Amino acid sequence: MSGQTVSLVMAGSGGAGVVTAGSLLLEAAARAGWYAYMTRSSGPQIRGGEAAVMVRLGTAPLASHDDCFHLLVGVDWQNVGRFAAEIPLGPDSLIIGDPGEGEVPEVFARSGAQQISLAMKALAKTIPDGRPNMVAFGAIAGLIGLTEDIVVGVLRDTLKRKGEAAIAASLAAFRAGVEAAADFPAVPRLPATQADTSDRWSITGNEATGMGALRGGVRFVAAYPITPATEVLEWLAPALPKVGGVLVQAEDELASINQIIGGSYGGVPSLTATSGPGLALMTESLGLAVAAEVPIVVVDVMRVGPSTGIATKSEQADLNIAVYGLHGDAPHLVLAPNSVADCLFTTQWAVHLAESLQTPAIVLTDQAMGQARAVMPRSAAIAFMGQREKPAALAEGVQYKRYANTASGVSPMAIPGMAGFMYTADGLEHNEVGTPSSQASDHQAQLDKRLRKLTGYNYGDHWADITGDEDADTAILTWGSSAGPAREALERLRAAGHRVKLVAVRLISPVQPEKFARALQGVERALVVEQSHSGQFHRYLRAQYDLPRQVRALHNPGPLAVSPGAIVEQILQWS
Amino acid sequence: MDACAKQREYTAKDYKSDVKPIWCPGCGDYSVLAAITRALASMQLAPENVAVVSGIGCSSRIPAYTSVYGFHGVHGRALPVATGLKIARPDLTVLVTGGDGDGFSIGGNHFLHACRRNVDLTYIVMDNQVYGMTKGQASPTTEPEWEGSKLTPDGVGIESFHPLVVGLAAGANFIARCSSSDPNNVADIITQAIRHPGFSLVQVLSPCVTFRPEQLEWKHMVRTAVVDVTEDAARAARRLMTDDGFNVGKVLYKGDRPAYQPEPKGAAAVAELEADFAL
Repeated sequence: MSGQTVSLVMAGSGGAGVVTAGSLLLEAAARAGWYAYMTRSSGPQIRGGEAAVMVRLGTAPLASHDDCFHLLVGVDWQNVGRFAAEIPLGPDSLIIGDPGEGEVPEVFARSGAQQISLAMKALAKTIPDGRPNMVAFGAIAGLIGLTEDIVVGVLRDTLKRKGEAAIAASLAAFRAGVEAAADFPAVPRLPATQADTSDRWSITGNEATGMGALRGGVRFVAAYPITPATEVLEWLAPALPKVGGVLVQAEDELASINQIIGGSYGGVPSLTATSGPGLALMTESLGLAVAAEVPIVVVDVMRVGPSTGIATKSEQADLNIAVYGLHGDAPHLVLAPNSVADCLFTTQWAVHLAESLQTPAIVLTDQAMGQARAVMPRSAAIAFMGQREKPAALAEGVQYKRYANTASGVSPMAIPGMAGFMYTADGLEHNEVGTPSSQASDHQAQLDKRLRKLTGYNYGDHWADITGDEDADTAILTWGSSAGPAREALERLRAAGHRVKLVAVRLISPVQPEKFARALQGVERALVVEQSHSGQFHRYLRAQYDLPRQVRALHNPGPLAVSPGAIVEQILQWS
Repeated sequence: MDACAKQREYTAKDYKSDVKPIWCPGCGDYSVLAAITRALASMQLAPENVAVVSGIGCSSRIPAYTSVYGFHGVHGRALPVATGLKIARPDLTVLVTGGDGDGFSIGGNHFLHACRRNVDLTYIVMDNQVYGMTKGQASPTTEPEWEGSKLTPDGVGIESFHPLVVGLAAGANFIARCSSSDPNNVADIITQAIRHPGFSLVQVLSPCVTFRPEQLEWKHMVRTAVVDVTEDAARAARRLMTDDGFNVGKVLYKGDRPAYQPEPKGAAAVAELEADFAL
């Protein structure tokens, strides 16, 4: 990434307060004028359990973690070793551990990182109501260049309700940490900035998805709780009524999707959010929305599958079910945001497309992106002017054809309450009026029409984010949250003089062969990057597009994210 | 004045479409369709403000046979579609039609939660104790001894489901049973069900003359229930659990729970929500 960055981890057992300290750190960094990207890892316990917050701070917007972390602070080490694979360290890293909590676990120590002791617990004990996590926060702040005046402001605002004594205790513990770390080995320090932060947001991908839904016009949501999609719903539940909408907690995912089909049939743009297991339950009714031509949006915040898999961790392996999971020939939209910020844009676009094309849209985000928090530039409001086409007045005696075989394939859609346009929406194959039909000609005509409305639509430049060199000989093809590390790899490669471009595909389905071919003109080799064991995206590209003659695929399963360094290495080793 | 002058009286015919039903001659569902159109006419509801929602099965074909707005979805999911529609569009009158298999087997969970949620819907279940569309298999309301299905040649072997008792226990706000042999009574009950706030459950005994021809006898077996409607759920439960299923023609239970209808609280601009994220 352009600009300077520092990457650090705070880890500890349940009750150690690392998540709280991480949130305070993020808030302080935002006020210091830095950008931030924070992810969390936690154990399977319902409450408590070990936790780690991974934070990257920088002077420019950030899209992923770095190859390894500069600093690991273990408030204690109980079970924290479980996260070792997610916390890559190197010989240049620094590990701060509390000597009273035992040795640094071997899985971290063998990285060769420098180790230093900080008696966080003992120091905290010297302060009335002092807590070790605040000592850790102080040590980190001192090392990375976060100044005390900013932290004082954050503590005052955050702990206001707890009173002066709590603020004083936290501040004293924080100062003890700063002082103790004064002569510790250096980690990258970020410069103070005078940046105007009034146009920045602190937002998670799941919140951004919710905001995108509302900007797109969604006013009815029905959903069933599921990790890691629940935060989309928890943000929407109080937000929707404020803008005139409603959220219903349904009895299961079968109900969720059918409730939103009902709401949308009633004319209200509707959405649900779920994860892989929920999407699997919804596939039959996705087909209903295709056949009955009811616009809906289904957000799948992907997690490790199959089955319950690893519910709290990320993977990009629902591509196949999203594209191919429906029975029958059922063309529909599949879209994928490629960053926290893009969760907003892509969800809004999905609503717009679903409404314009009267079809279901599946939005594939994932746990990494959904639960990551970013301090980023505010997302400008984008006006999508398209909306559901309603029928014009009919001449006397003319019957309304709900599924009229129009040139565009989009048939004007009446909503209940409109006199003279009463029709029955049907999952049974039907004729233009909507009357059930088993005739081959009706089936052919309706199949053609439902496909045509998707393939004939102009999706503009939004189908993919294309960055890098116009005359690149090498392309990185990726999607979703793998685009974050791929962007960073692209910058590193270009800085080293390579001519590379990145194509992050946002519109997975329907495919855009002409635009894809134009994007890859002159490209001799392509590296496909994704987070799935079987290489679902790679296979999808192979089936749907003409690829350059030389293609390699970097496809590892979740929950480990691909690192920018791994992508760079693949390209450099490819001669 | 003109608007008043233009208002015309709707007749039952105005709620019927010209699509010919796929039902067998003698099917009880013809009467129920007629009863629905009569009920709508008796209430003089504008057809464009009424929606009939269904899942899959013989009786689930009803939406296309009416001239109001209709939704014919997938098997077992009529209640959630109707729930979403009514919550999103509280101004509409929403009816749900279907059979015993659609409602109590594949759609069983939705049935429980529709009763419990108590959205203002009228659910008309045409109970013929058989899957007709798939050519005669046992449904949740089929008696355990029935050996008429090739799928369960030695009999069903499990006790039948009691929809009204379950509906009452789950919180349905209005419970009635009637018989397709008396369409005027069915129309009257449906009218009351629509008028009653919350979730109204109407079981209509509607014989399948093809796969359960013995049900032709039902018209001689049913009797008008001698009890009056109660608002006491315990009393209603006792009555329902002790009757033989042929007491018809009456509303058996009316609850006073208010319908579930979440109200949007505001009309703020979406931009105002950006404050959640500003530093």
